[in-house]
Amino acid sequence: MELVLQQVLSGLATGGIYASVALAVVMIYQAIEHFNFAQGEMAMFSTYVAWSLIQIGMPYWVAFGLTLVISFIGGVLIERIVLRPLHRAPILSQIIAFIALFVIFNSVAGWIFTYTIKPFPSPFPEEPIFGTFISTHQVGVIGVTLVMLGILFVFFNFSRIGLAMRAAAQNPESSRLVGIPVGWMTALGWGLASAIGAVAGMMVAPIVFLEPNMMVGILLYGFAGALLGGVTSPTGAVVGGFLVGVIENLVGTFVPFIGTELKLTVALVIIVGVLTIKPSGLFGRPVVTRV
Amino acid sequence: MAALLEADKLEAFYGPSKVLHGIDFALPEGGVTAILGANGAGKTTTLRALCGMIRTGGTVRFDGKRIDGRATESIVRLGIAHVPEGRGTFAKMTVDENLRLGSFTRRKKAEIEADFEHMFAMFPRLAERRHQQAGTLSGGEQQMLAIARALMLRPRLMLLDEPSFGLAPLIVQDIFAILARINREDRVSMLVVEQNTALALELADYAYVLETGRVVMSGPADEIASDESVRRSYLGY
Ligand SMILES: Nc1ncnc2c1ncn2[C@@H]1O[C@H](COP(=O)(O)OP(=O)(O)O)[C@@H](O)[C@H]1O
Ligand SMILES: [Mg+2]
Repeated sequence: MELVLQQVLSGLATGGIYASVALAVVMIYQAIEHFNFAQGEMAMFSTYVAWSLIQIGMPYWVAFGLTLVISFIGGVLIERIVLRPLHRAPILSQIIAFIALFVIFNSVAGWIFTYTIKPFPSPFPEEPIFGTFISTHQVGVIGVTLVMLGILFVFFNFSRIGLAMRAAAQNPESSRLVGIPVGWMTALGWGLASAIGAVAGMMVAPIVFLEPNMMVGILLYGFAGALLGGVTSPTGAVVGGFLVGVIENLVGTFVPFIGTELKLTVALVIIVGVLTIKPSGLFGRPVVTRV
Repeated sequence: MAALLEADKLEAFYGPSKVLHGIDFALPEGGVTAILGANGAGKTTTLRALCGMIRTGGTVRFDGKRIDGRATESIVRLGIAHVPEGRGTFAKMTVDENLRLGSFTRRKKAEIEADFEHMFAMFPRLAERRHQQAGTLSGGEQQMLAIARALMLRPRLMLLDEPSFGLAPLIVQDIFAILARINREDRVSMLVVEQNTALALELADYAYVLETGRVVMSGPADEIASDESVRRSYLGY
């Protein structure tokens, strides 16, 4: 029983990271109806930015904040420069743009920072404050995730721009008719998604170590979380992310032939399972193709 | 009277096909103008063209300044509120949020709050459903919400696309009475598109009749309403 509890708790910690990635993916999906395959690579690059800032002597939380700002601006610029010119282009062109972004971020990171793995600091103390059950970093990750989700919730529900962003994703035409610059709302969505991804990257890096391929597996779990919760529901994505973290841990521990090696398969099984059984996910509305 | 909005040889296109073939009209400040015509005549297209929602030719002036070719959101900011065909409410958002979105271009909190009260006084049904999702409202309530949301812009000109569409006669009466009041008391100029000709001519001062993308006749509303041959040949009643 104790083992179950322990696995659930540490599942929630990794789940928080998946939830953040899932949320980033869903935010962009809502605005443009495509998955941003480069989301993970953008997050990885943000983490290198944080690492560089810490290397030059910046205190952790200052580097953290500055990384969020840089990632936000970077996300907005990517939308404006790369995606905006393509927004009436066929789907395939957009997918190619995502793949290009993926490759560019991955290889530029490898080129600048090399492929050798780097330790990335945790802002939380190493002593196990919360007992042997769960590390302080894991508790910290859950805390950071919840704070971030709280801020986003308040932003989207109670601020003028947050409301306008939701409106623009739901009904672009009516949004223009009330004076909302819909294109800029999409760009803001990219900025936010990029900053959320940066948080996920900085939280996972102390666990998996920093290297250019660090986010590939995480993104897969993020997708699984987004699909499980429903790609049309931000709340669903968050719940889905946490669930995937817990499921992954329990399956890895208690299903003997899976163990840690086959864990990534869990994500794939969830993705395929959701797509075949309930494509709209737990919280999503059925996706109806626009004609 | 000086024209608030003036369209000159207005054309509109869906892809390569032209559906408005150079129409001219002028809307007087403070007045109600109607655009009438059968299904497919180009009434909706005219409103969409004025708001820059489709590709157009010709010129449109608002308050003497060219607005053709501008982005929809910047035209809206000049004070042109469009209540579109099908109402265009944000179905998954609450009544309250819909109205808040209507005030998106405005910044003065106190004035916005006062307008909320004004809307709820004018549409008590909306006050009762303030926290309900717009998608759960009845057709009449949705139309009221669409009008109230447009008013939250504090518009100088309202474009209304078939406000009577699909509604019960009693509710239509209510809505047209409210529109008349808004025009009279809040001095909002209006351009109303309707297939319910009799109703529209009652509200309007002046009317244009469209047929396949051309203005085929125009005149004061009461003259059109009383001219039986016009009614027979163009309006079908
Ligand atoms: N989205 C569209 N794409 C192509 N043609 C359209 C579209 N919308 C309307 N049309 C055409 O434009 C003409 C005018 O339509 P519309 O303005 O909707 O008429 P009305 O509002 O007077 O009923 C019609 O012939 C219609 O078939
Ligand atoms: Mg129409």
